[in-house]
Amino acid sequence: MPIKTEQFYLNVGPQHPSTHGVFRLRLSLDGEVVTDVEPIIGYLHRGIEKLAESRTYTQIIPLTDRLDYLASMTDNVAYCLAVEKLAGINIPERAEYIRVIFSELMRISSHMMAVGFYLNDCGAFFTPVLYMWREREKIIDLFDMVCGQRLLYNYMRVGGVSQDIPDEFIPAAKKFVAEMPQYIGEYNQLIKQNEIFLARSKGVGILPKETAINIGASGPVLRASGVKWDIRKMDPYSIYDRFDFEVPTGDAGDCYDRYWVRMQEMTQSLRIIEQAMNQMPVKGPVCSDVPQFFRPPPGETYGYIEAPKGNLGFYIVSDGSIAPYRLHIYPPTLINITALKDMMIGWKIADLIIIFGSMDVVLGEIDR
Amino acid sequence: MTLLDQFQLILKTAGWPDWAVYLTPALVGILLIILVVLTVVIVFIWWERRLISRFQIRLGPNRCGPEGILQPIATAIKILLKEDIVPEKADKLIHFIAPITVFVPILLIFAVMPVGENAIFVDLNVGIIYVIAISSISVIGIFMAAWASGNKYSYISGIRSIAQMVSYEIPVVLSIVGIALVTGSFSMLKIVEAQSIPFILLQPLGFLIFFLGSLAEMNRSPFDLLEADSEIVAGYHIEYSGMKFAMFYLGEYGVALAYAGIITTLFLCGWKGPLLPPIIWFLVKVMMVFSVIVWIRSTLPRFRVDQLMSFAWKAMLPMAVINLIIIAIEVLVIPASLQWVMLILNFGFAAVLILLWSKLFTLGGGRVEV
Amino acid sequence: MKFERYGIGIVKGMALTFKHLFRAPITVQYPDEKLNISRRTRGNELVWFPEKCTGCGTCTKACLQGNIILVTHRGEENKFIVDKFELDSGRCIFCGLCVESCPYDALAMGLDYECARFRREDLVLNKEKLSVSHDHRPSAYYRPQFADELPKQSLLLYNKKDGGQKLKFLPLSKRKRGPGA
Repeated sequence: MPIKTEQFYLNVGPQHPSTHGVFRLRLSLDGEVVTDVEPIIGYLHRGIEKLAESRTYTQIIPLTDRLDYLASMTDNVAYCLAVEKLAGINIPERAEYIRVIFSELMRISSHMMAVGFYLNDCGAFFTPVLYMWREREKIIDLFDMVCGQRLLYNYMRVGGVSQDIPDEFIPAAKKFVAEMPQYIGEYNQLIKQNEIFLARSKGVGILPKETAINIGASGPVLRASGVKWDIRKMDPYSIYDRFDFEVPTGDAGDCYDRYWVRMQEMTQSLRIIEQAMNQMPVKGPVCSDVPQFFRPPPGETYGYIEAPKGNLGFYIVSDGSIAPYRLHIYPPTLINITALKDMMIGWKIADLIIIFGSMDVVLGEIDR
Repeated sequence: MTLLDQFQLILKTAGWPDWAVYLTPALVGILLIILVVLTVVIVFIWWERRLISRFQIRLGPNRCGPEGILQPIATAIKILLKEDIVPEKADKLIHFIAPITVFVPILLIFAVMPVGENAIFVDLNVGIIYVIAISSISVIGIFMAAWASGNKYSYISGIRSIAQMVSYEIPVVLSIVGIALVTGSFSMLKIVEAQSIPFILLQPLGFLIFFLGSLAEMNRSPFDLLEADSEIVAGYHIEYSGMKFAMFYLGEYGVALAYAGIITTLFLCGWKGPLLPPIIWFLVKVMMVFSVIVWIRSTLPRFRVDQLMSFAWKAMLPMAVINLIIIAIEVLVIPASLQWVMLILNFGFAAVLILLWSKLFTLGGGRVEV
Repeated sequence: MKFERYGIGIVKGMALTFKHLFRAPITVQYPDEKLNISRRTRGNELVWFPEKCTGCGTCTKACLQGNIILVTHRGEENKFIVDKFELDSGRCIFCGLCVESCPYDALAMGLDYECARFRREDLVLNKEKLSVSHDHRPSAYYRPQFADELPKQSLLLYNKKDGGQKLKFLPLSKRKRGPGA
């Protein structure tokens, strides 16, 4: 006589130490094996798109800070790029180089946070997090020196950046770039060959190449599945065609590849920053003259960049007045997590947390 | 003659009635164990927090008292002042008994721990087997706590705990038998006396298996998936608060102290040492073993449950059995005066076995077709 | 022969953790030691210069949330005299857009970051509290003329002798940090 078993519903609820933010997953389990996954989002919805319809173009910039709050420089850059495309504004050279330097510093900081908390989910009790935060603290100090805040910067403006960088920034940034490879080497020594970590993440949560392309994934998730697609190389915006860097890809599309692609991207970002600091013009204006209430010509545009999490885009419809008629945000993370159901079914509960952590999710972006 | 026997003899010659001669040393012993264990556990909590902080390039607690030594007492007071909540769907009686079932056997282990020459409460001639038997009772306590909470997360943790703790008992027991073969007895006092070369050098593979097995018994990293903070949010003690949670918390450090003491006794020559009194040496060695346990906790990620089980059954158990056979053959063949020969042979076998197993061992598990 | 699977990875990780025991902890014991914050910090209050302000109201239009309240009346020579200039610092997000938009340099960000109050009404700052004074100094955000009177920021990148924050191993710390302290 067979033993009677039943399906078991578990709610990995909005309050959980490991869903990075307020994210809810409803699981049906069979023992420890996951049979069905239903993600439920919307707990952090603040109505940014609606608020943007009644604010001027400059006033929307602090709102876009709060989308992916761990990488706010790149959010600002994406939005400013979209508005500049709409209105046909040109940016001075020095402002372009400053934007590139800050975007790449932001990419390093965001990847360190993502990898650190991924390892925390694996169970390493906060030690890799604290090592990586020491370096992130150095980056944030640099940002603090330039724009006065540590997390939500509000630094980019339509037409350039808001203020020029102070004199002590370049020597400090050069020191940081010189010291950083040693620390990345230390992180690799701690984690990369650790047998327990390899056993937990190699072969887990595989996202095959066709599925990744079909759902429209982007960012390190797509590159780890083997697709060499980086907007900075494929469709260069700003001045990225002047720099020499590589795009790392993985082959298997499992959690280990997503982690390793992020670590390699940090090294490539350091290369870009070094080249940008060498090529930057020494003096110059940092912002084009744009009035406080400026009215772009009526029309619509879509501006997109390679944010640390993927392809972040802004779709703006303007009707000639001081506020946009419609602003829509295309978040990379929301599109990436549509693959969760394929990736998670058949694994165990412990793997669920690891797969979710390797996708590097920030709820501010998903719920806007 | 252990200390307890000497105390009884003194009372008898002083003319006390028989029942008092029997009862008074027992009561004094119980009181002593509880006080000493609680004090040392408080020191352990402080030491662990400071040491983990130094591994993570930060300072630990250093505000309460000089260098933070009163911090665990502040934690204890905070826990005692909390409201004792019992969930509505919980099974009230078992929910109440579970913390006691987890904590009391840990105190019983200290009855056979030698802290000096003849300084032991009871010199059982099945000393180490008694320890293994008693520590298995805590497993039932953990499962009672997990089941009776009425919470799905703790239910998952309870299921995992039975599997983990039962499977790791076997390699542990087999490595202990290896020691008993060399010593000739199970009694803790005789094991310490027989260590002219410490057994960590004499049986490195046995030490490794015992150490990893006892990490699993203690639910510490990297085997701490019972209370995995990031997955099942505190596991079997989710629904406990107040004094019952304090029992689990103290029990965790108590069992760390107990196993550190056992490892010191079995493998590191117990209380032997050149200059200082024996109890100081014992405490120093226990602190060293505990520091290694904390070091492992701060570095390594944790296993998944099926990887844990396959590690126990496919890697540790065969190696423990082969270790036992090798030691049995050596005890028969090599005379007692040439123990250093055993040392060299054992290191060689350990290296060969570890290399061989790393090549052959595959972690099973993976995606299950649903 | 690749040693990857023989436990070497675990040993390397543990060696790195052990090495960190001998590095200085980077904790700053906060109430006893305070770091020098950035010169361009967007601190917790605004600083208002009454003699430069003309009551034009550009800052009220620039604020995203409508936090600034300005009430004026016409005085002699047809100039505005400011009656009420209030800022609700409980709702303010400290973006600095008002500071950037002022055409007469009459507004600057503050330097303070310890502004907790017990009641929400105490967070509403009127024009006396916002005026510049000896204890209420402006920060150099968008106002580079104030940069020289503020100390240099202490960075984690630099050693202590270069003016940074990196610490030596310390017992119970009561030391001051940062240059000039």
